[in-house]
Amino acid sequence: MRDEQKGWKDIPIAGVCWKPATEYHTGDWRTFKPVRDQAKCTKCLLCPMICPDTAIKWNKATEDIEFDYNFCKGCGICAHECPVDAIKMVREGA
Amino acid sequence: MVATISWKFTAREIAEKPELFTSGHRACAGCGPAIALRQIMKATRGPTIVTNATGCMEVVSTIYPYTAWKVPWIHTAFENAAANASGIEAALKAMKRKRRLKQEKVDVIAFAGDGGTFDIGIQALSGAAERGHDFLYVLYDNEAYMNTGIQRSGGTPHGASTTTSPGGTDIPGKTQMKKPIADIMVAHEIPYVATASIAYWQDLLIKARKGLEAEGPAFLHVFAPCPRGWRYDTSKTIELARLAVETCIFPLWEAIDSEYSLSPQSKIMTLKPERRKDVREYLKMQRRFGHLFKPKFEHVLTDIQKIIDKRWNKLLKKCSMT
Ligand SMILES: Cc1ncc(C[n+]2csc(CCOP(=O)(O)OP(=O)(O)O)c2C)c(N)n1
Ligand code: SF4
Ligand code: SF4
Ligand code: SF4
Ligand SMILES: [Mg+2]
Repeated sequence: MRDEQKGWKDIPIAGVCWKPATEYHTGDWRTFKPVRDQAKCTKCLLCPMICPDTAIKWNKATEDIEFDYNFCKGCGICAHECPVDAIKMVREGA
Repeated sequence: MVATISWKFTAREIAEKPELFTSGHRACAGCGPAIALRQIMKATRGPTIVTNATGCMEVVSTIYPYTAWKVPWIHTAFENAAANASGIEAALKAMKRKRRLKQEKVDVIAFAGDGGTFDIGIQALSGAAERGHDFLYVLYDNEAYMNTGIQRSGGTPHGASTTTSPGGTDIPGKTQMKKPIADIMVAHEIPYVATASIAYWQDLLIKARKGLEAEGPAFLHVFAPCPRGWRYDTSKTIELARLAVETCIFPLWEAIDSEYSLSPQSKIMTLKPERRKDVREYLKMQRRFGHLFKPKFEHVLTDIQKIIDKRWNKLLKKCSMT
């Protein structure tokens, strides 16, 4: 979006990055989407620790994990590693 | 000296700790080094400055104008992450002396790839170790120059196919061995050196914290598979990081003040040798080793096993396990 772009006088000197990467959504790279079976999940917290994209978060309020599909790239690591097979990879749009 | 580590944590506490390396970075799906960075940033103990050598992790985390870092972060050239870390640490010391530092303590971490460490960065690293700067150097090892298109490095293992050591019908991939970089760092007689794997995140976090707590240079060699360069399905990153330990091709150990000890994940291989897996199981999952399964290159598989056995036995001796 052109009107959002800053001119050279507005940007920080020395090429300092000024936008958080969380404003850039990588979720649309995904072909397969991880879907969790809540009944099977033991909330062991392994998958949040091994997701390369911090797309599985621990929600303190609900005491549960949740997927952030804005960032999940669909690598399938969580599904492959889940000790109780609670995650299935499902083709997007299927 | 390394303080005896008093840090204990639960998975929940770690999950609740803020993410200092965030979502929205552009690493490939299933990237092992991105997992390494995330996990290590969960081991920080307070204000931390990060410096990052040129390579995949620098590129994917700071595509202008975006940054995935929630800490002060400085990009350095390919060859000088350790020199940069030295300068940051020296500046912090001077500021403290002049009472211009608000914080009681600021930690410094340098991240660099295998190219930036085994090869072009080794003189900066060796110098920083010799001068005794207080910082943690993290080598995230994906075993080739991935950012520029999978060229072989001093960290690429024997037999692996890369674009500059192609495995085909005549050439069996890389003909040289992997440089024992962590042992080279132990030879510098620095307070802390360790190897770790992203498959064992608790062990990795504890080692990163020990490295930060050590007074003086600390070196952490983290095994971090790369689906793009090793050519395997993106879901297998953690499985490969585990198999590397289970086959003893990448054993886990630490050396505190040059005293070696095996970490539990590798020690079990001596106590229960039946747990040790055949290296072929690890190799055959990756297309960078695919050519080795042709009859012509069968001898290379034998050589790889010999290299592993020789290095493993040497390591056991250093750990006084024989
Ligand atoms: C002096 C110099 N030579 C070459 C390059 C080009 N270059 C950028 S990153 C890179 C390879 C990085 O490999 P590694 O350190 O293993 O990190 P990875 O990309 O695998 O994460 C190279 C050759 C450079 N930036 N500087
Ligand atoms: S790894 Fe499986 S059981 Fe553990 S938290 Fe994730 S989905 Fe639940
Ligand atoms: S598929 Fe990959 S990116 Fe998506 S949540 Fe699972 S581990 Fe994270
Ligand atoms: S090439 Fe490998 S190391 Fe680089 S971003 Fe992709 S998966 Fe990660
Ligand atoms: Mg590399």
